[in-house]
Amino acid sequence: MELFIRQIINGLSTGSIYALIAVGYTMVYGIIKLINFAHGEVMMFGAYFAFLFAYSFNILELPFFVIILLSMSFAALMGIVIERLAYKKLRKAPRISALITAIGMSLFLQNLALLIWGSEKRKMEPLVSIEPVSIFGFEVSRLTLVTIGLSITFMIILRIFIHTTKPGKAMRAVSQDKEAALLMGINVNTIISLTFAIGSALGALGGIFYAMTYGQVYPTMGVMPGLKAFIAAVFGGIGNITGAMIGGYVIGIIENLTKAYTTGEWTDAIAFALLIIILLFKPTGLLGKNKKEKV
Amino acid sequence: MNAIKQALLNAFTETKKVVVERWMIFAIVFGFYAVVSILIATGTLNRYYTFLLISVMIMIVLAASLNIATGFLGQLVLGHAGFMAIGAYTAGLIAIQIKDHIGSDYLIFFISSIGAMITAGIAGLLVGTPALRLRGDYLGIMTLGFGEIVRLIIRNVEFTGGTFGLKGIPRLMTFPMALLTTVIVVTIIYMFINSRHGRAIISIREDEIASENVGINITRFKLLGFIVASMFAGVGGSMFAFKEAILYPQSFDFIRSVEIFVVVVLGGMGSLSGTMISAFILIFVPELLRDFDQYRYLTYSSLLIIIMLYRPQGLMGKREIFSFKKRRKLIDSSMNLD
Repeated sequence: MELFIRQIINGLSTGSIYALIAVGYTMVYGIIKLINFAHGEVMMFGAYFAFLFAYSFNILELPFFVIILLSMSFAALMGIVIERLAYKKLRKAPRISALITAIGMSLFLQNLALLIWGSEKRKMEPLVSIEPVSIFGFEVSRLTLVTIGLSITFMIILRIFIHTTKPGKAMRAVSQDKEAALLMGINVNTIISLTFAIGSALGALGGIFYAMTYGQVYPTMGVMPGLKAFIAAVFGGIGNITGAMIGGYVIGIIENLTKAYTTGEWTDAIAFALLIIILLFKPTGLLGKNKKEKV
Repeated sequence: MNAIKQALLNAFTETKKVVVERWMIFAIVFGFYAVVSILIATGTLNRYYTFLLISVMIMIVLAASLNIATGFLGQLVLGHAGFMAIGAYTAGLIAIQIKDHIGSDYLIFFISSIGAMITAGIAGLLVGTPALRLRGDYLGIMTLGFGEIVRLIIRNVEFTGGTFGLKGIPRLMTFPMALLTTVIVVTIIYMFINSRHGRAIISIREDEIASENVGINITRFKLLGFIVASMFAGVGGSMFAFKEAILYPQSFDFIRSVEIFVVVVLGGMGSLSGTMISAFILIFVPELLRDFDQYRYLTYSSLLIIIMLYRPQGLMGKREIFSFKKRRKLIDSSMNLD
């Protein structure tokens, strides 16, 4: 029983990371109907930014919060640049072209990181203390608590932003109908950039937590969590933000449970099997709406 | 009367053209074989470059097979390395069993490849039946998931050697064998695409609903195209197994699928000659610029983005170098005179 609860807590921690990344996938898909394969790489860059800010500027001794916010804003900028450079021209192109571009972008960023930082894994110290805190008799590391707490905080902020503020409402309008939103005087380009910025910033946050949890940064670190987060987004119904969050937690918990109760070799395979099962029985995901194909 | 005469005349001259074209293709293939063989025999082309040429051939087989599914059928398949892996491991396992009993290299390769084709085809059937109900992105995601699962299963079961690799496969892929296989595979794919079934497959790409309305069984032909594509991916995998002699699960990851995909996209989705040209460009040319090696994948990926932005149809589009389409049109228009 203790093992079970411990795994649930770990699952919540991994799940928050996946949820943060999945939100980025789902927001971009919701707004321009593109699976942004480069999102996992933005996450990796976010982790590298944090790594650099934490270690390169030893003199500055930046506090944890500043490091996070700086990395997030750099990642947001990166998201906007990627969209402007690669995806903007393809908005009216066939979906397959845009998807191929996204795959190309993902490989490009991965190899760029490889060229800049080399292929070796760098050790990343957890920037918050990992000393255990006792909750209801369970020893939980501070890092786990910070991961879960901060992720949930940011996701609540996102929800409030989308549902109450003007740009948030504009975002929902654009995802409903781009043309109509344009006629209502919404600057669609700005809104798409904003979506990319927010998604990338949250992805970077996920990346930082991921790097701290596993204690390392390397150029291909975005691939697996990226795919897992993507599975989470599909699970919840791609395009649906709440769904992506739920999906993230479900995948995180399943992953930790399988790690604890099987040899651990099959964890990734189970995640992909889950993806296939979802796609077969409910391709629109848990909270997705069924849409009839138009003739 | 004049019109019929003209039509007959056209048909006659055009048939002559086809014959000339076929002989030209034959001459090019044979010439290529002869030149390369001489170069290998004289030692001008060292083992390293022969190896590279074989890699190009393997890539042509893999990309041509993916082109059936992605180019001609219009379905996004991101897990081609999965079928390739199934083919490679089947061929490897068969070859290990039979290599001491059969003397001829060609026979070993032939039997193993048939086995590879069958298992990869069965995998194609199993994945395709449910997956082809999905559209566009979703099918891509599903095949991606399939490819990853295949790799993870190979890594975790015992008889494949797991992460330590499958050892003991004879290294018998020679240049003539690779060329022969490639020519046979590409010819079969070409004939398949230009057959009645192939036309049905292309019509599904052009307009699914219209094809259904003229009586094409969409599900059946989609599945057929998908299975044929996975079978030839199996052949490509078997060639790969006999080239490498050791198989590791990480050789068949997502990047490999993307690599094959890039070849198809650069060459033109729906063009077999385009596939051949781009396989050559993407495998051979970077090797010639050795100092460039560090930037190789960076170039690959930027190339992919640039192609999509400025020439989304690829180098050749849907055309072939030796296009038979013009002739068809000519005959059709002359028939219409009546």
